[in-house]
Amino acid sequence: MSEVVVTHHDEHHDHGPAKGLARWLFTTNHKDIGTLYLWFSFIMLLVGGVLALVIRTELFQPGLQFVTPEFFNQMTTMHGLIMIFGAIMPAFVGLANWMVPMMIGAPDMALPRLNNLSFWLVALAMTMLVSTLFMEGGGPNFGWTAYPPLSTTYGPDSTTFFIFSVHLAGASSILGAINIIATILNMRAPGMTLMKLPMFVWGWLITAYLLLAVMPVLAGAITMALFDMHFGTSFFNAAGGGDPVLYQHVFWFFGHPEVYIMILPAFGIVSQIIPTFARKPLFGYDSMVYAIASIAFLSFIVWAHHMFTVGMPLAGQLFFMYATMLIAVPTGVKIFNWTATMWRGSMTFETPMLFAIAFVVLFSIGGFSGLMLAIVPADFQYHDSYFVVAHFHYVLVPGALFSIIAAVYYWLPKWCGRMYDETLGKLHFWLSFIGVNVLFFPQHFVGLAGMPRRIPDYSLQFADFNMVSSIGAYIFGFAQLVFLYVLIKAIRSGEPATDRVWEGARGLEWTLPSPAPYHSFTTPPKVVESEAHT
Amino acid sequence: MLLSASARADALNMPVGVSETSRIVYDLHMLILWICVVIGIGVFGVILWSIIHHRKSAGHQPASFHENTRLEIVWTLIPVLILIGMAWPATTTLIDMYDTGGEDMTVEVRGYQWRWQYKYLDEDLNSQFSFFSNLATPAEEIQGQAAKGQYYLLEVDNPLRIPVDRKVRFLLTAEDVIHAWWVPDFGMKKDAIPGMLNEMWTRVDEPGIYRGQCAELCGKDHAFMPVVVQAMPQEEFDAWYAEQLQAAKAREEALSKTFTEQELMAEGQKVYNSFCSSCHQPNGQGMPPVFPAIAGSPVATGPKEDHIDIVLNGVPGTAMQAFGRQLDAAQIAAVVHYERHAFGNNTGDTTQPADVVARQQAQQ
Repeated sequence: MSEVVVTHHDEHHDHGPAKGLARWLFTTNHKDIGTLYLWFSFIMLLVGGVLALVIRTELFQPGLQFVTPEFFNQMTTMHGLIMIFGAIMPAFVGLANWMVPMMIGAPDMALPRLNNLSFWLVALAMTMLVSTLFMEGGGPNFGWTAYPPLSTTYGPDSTTFFIFSVHLAGASSILGAINIIATILNMRAPGMTLMKLPMFVWGWLITAYLLLAVMPVLAGAITMALFDMHFGTSFFNAAGGGDPVLYQHVFWFFGHPEVYIMILPAFGIVSQIIPTFARKPLFGYDSMVYAIASIAFLSFIVWAHHMFTVGMPLAGQLFFMYATMLIAVPTGVKIFNWTATMWRGSMTFETPMLFAIAFVVLFSIGGFSGLMLAIVPADFQYHDSYFVVAHFHYVLVPGALFSIIAAVYYWLPKWCGRMYDETLGKLHFWLSFIGVNVLFFPQHFVGLAGMPRRIPDYSLQFADFNMVSSIGAYIFGFAQLVFLYVLIKAIRSGEPATDRVWEGARGLEWTLPSPAPYHSFTTPPKVVESEAHT
Repeated sequence: MLLSASARADALNMPVGVSETSRIVYDLHMLILWICVVIGIGVFGVILWSIIHHRKSAGHQPASFHENTRLEIVWTLIPVLILIGMAWPATTTLIDMYDTGGEDMTVEVRGYQWRWQYKYLDEDLNSQFSFFSNLATPAEEIQGQAAKGQYYLLEVDNPLRIPVDRKVRFLLTAEDVIHAWWVPDFGMKKDAIPGMLNEMWTRVDEPGIYRGQCAELCGKDHAFMPVVVQAMPQEEFDAWYAEQLQAAKAREEALSKTFTEQELMAEGQKVYNSFCSSCHQPNGQGMPPVFPAIAGSPVATGPKEDHIDIVLNGVPGTAMQAFGRQLDAAQIAAVVHYERHAFGNNTGDTTQPADVVARQQAQQ
């Protein structure tokens, strides 16, 4: 067997990337596709960020100063859609493309052509979605959740394009998930048993199953909306025998696992980074795996906690409250395990570690407000207020996004063979850390005091904290331009990186040269205990 | 100076509210908040200690432990116990909030884009009446052309009135899209869903004016449909109620009256500003292509009957609502007349309540 592999390797000895644009259009190489995904998601992050700054600029003071309410609603809707489907999810897929084969000792993804298709599908989907902003009547303006009848009977003409682009993004995610599952289950190097998988790979394996399970459900929900709009059905129209709340149940059956699709890979990343910089193995590897699996399971039975005010029967409210509260247990286990990993380690605080520690602390704050939101009687007050906005931004920005940034700093030297500027990296961290808290922490207060979400104008008692929040948004937005500069500087003129890069790094990816060759592990590596998992 | 500063100071926390339920909800909120704060201080304290003491630059050598089954069981079980401690009061409170029976009176709350309608339900249909509650903040304040008042965006023309110390049951529904009715001081909100009926209740124990907002995104003016409730002593409430019943009778009589052009224009402008101007704009220019202009429009300069029909029935599939279910014939006649003689339009005809009634009957 190994002889065959060696022959194969020799035949393609000089097989490097194609030249010019064709390399990126037709590539089936997991590293190229990973790079495409990562740059694409960074562009989407900047686009979605600009929309967020439009929102925060309008909310800087009470009154309508800059945009009309209709345009404001397009901003909130598109900001959510772009950040979820354009920035966070593709960034994780990009990381998976780059790292999963290198971490499990595989030469590439299992289905390379499908991989190319997944990327170009999501690129097309997002381009189409952004183009709706320039259509007559404007882009989608009903929130990313698209509740009917606001999105169907009362939606703009571009809603059809919105549905089509979400379908395409969903198809991309499904294909990507199939590819990741096939790769992890079939292409591990000999000796890489499931319970030796790096945590990032575990996080993604379970995420991929979540994607497979729920993206078709989202497709079902928006297809029913499409039929209501154009083909005379009444799935969500009470006048025709349907039920607007049905959409919300179906949507959130997708929507809640979707939240974990955006956080389980982050758990994996942080579980890679903290042991490296604490120079100590991950505490409780087995319980980390079981915790991710439990969270994934629970994500399927808590969806209605997004809709406690729709008027469910008492028994339903109680069930969803208890199930939601249960999530705190495995999540707590993960936080405690990361803390125990740092405990009595030998820590250094390079930029990836700073972002990872900030993740643990700030994600916990998002978890606490999540637990509060689970308590139904209190949720009647919190629901649809800025408290919810603060909650999910704490989970998604210093949660998911910080983990992605940490991963980029952590693995960038392996990708391009060069180190980033540590001083600038730390500057990026502190600007982001301060900015994100100034931005989102005051939103807890205005929410508790009664400010509803998705409003372009507010009454005077919310003025001070909104101004503070907007200032935080500008700091945070500016910090990401620093990030862009750090990346470009590192790629063009960074110091050469060593193969191991970090003193405490463990895992197969660090046994490869830096930068990683275009084709790596064309013969499976031998998995030794010390590199098995960290 | 100091007074104005304190009046402007932002609130930090959930209001305690003015009902038994809202106070229980507040206590529950504070309980879980403090539990989270204590756990947070504990965990973050350990992390901070570790960051300070277990750093390489301080010469700390890494330990090699990576599991401890007993510890892991402990930190799984203790959270479970804490959660049970939270779930118990939450459950009893929720059961109480769901007990909508034994009410003293019932109010139907109906959400429209972008206003609330309140209807006092009574077994005697002759003592029922309803009215709309519109944003009262002038457009100049929103556009920054006038100083903003104390209750900017939280003031309405007709607040909902309820008696204190009575169990008031609310039935919530909506006419067009989903809205949500929320008064923070009552400690609850609920969605108003077209074609569905939700219920909740409150018993307010202090007279006063309580302000809230629509909480579910309902289109462009979602931020501009406040909820204002005035809780008053029973006697005052009864007097007000009787007055409203009289006024409702008077409005009914107006349907058979013939108005002068001045009366039609005055009433029409009032109706236009409350019901039409948020889309068609105060100057009648609209916001094409979604909201067409009234000025020079084929409808407002064409046959009167077609104009009345559109206002009565709306335009299906667009944002134009069927105002026949919101306004009476006298109001519709006035606003149609106004639209045909304002913004440079001048059809020269008059529209009377009888014209509207005739169209309504022709369509039945």
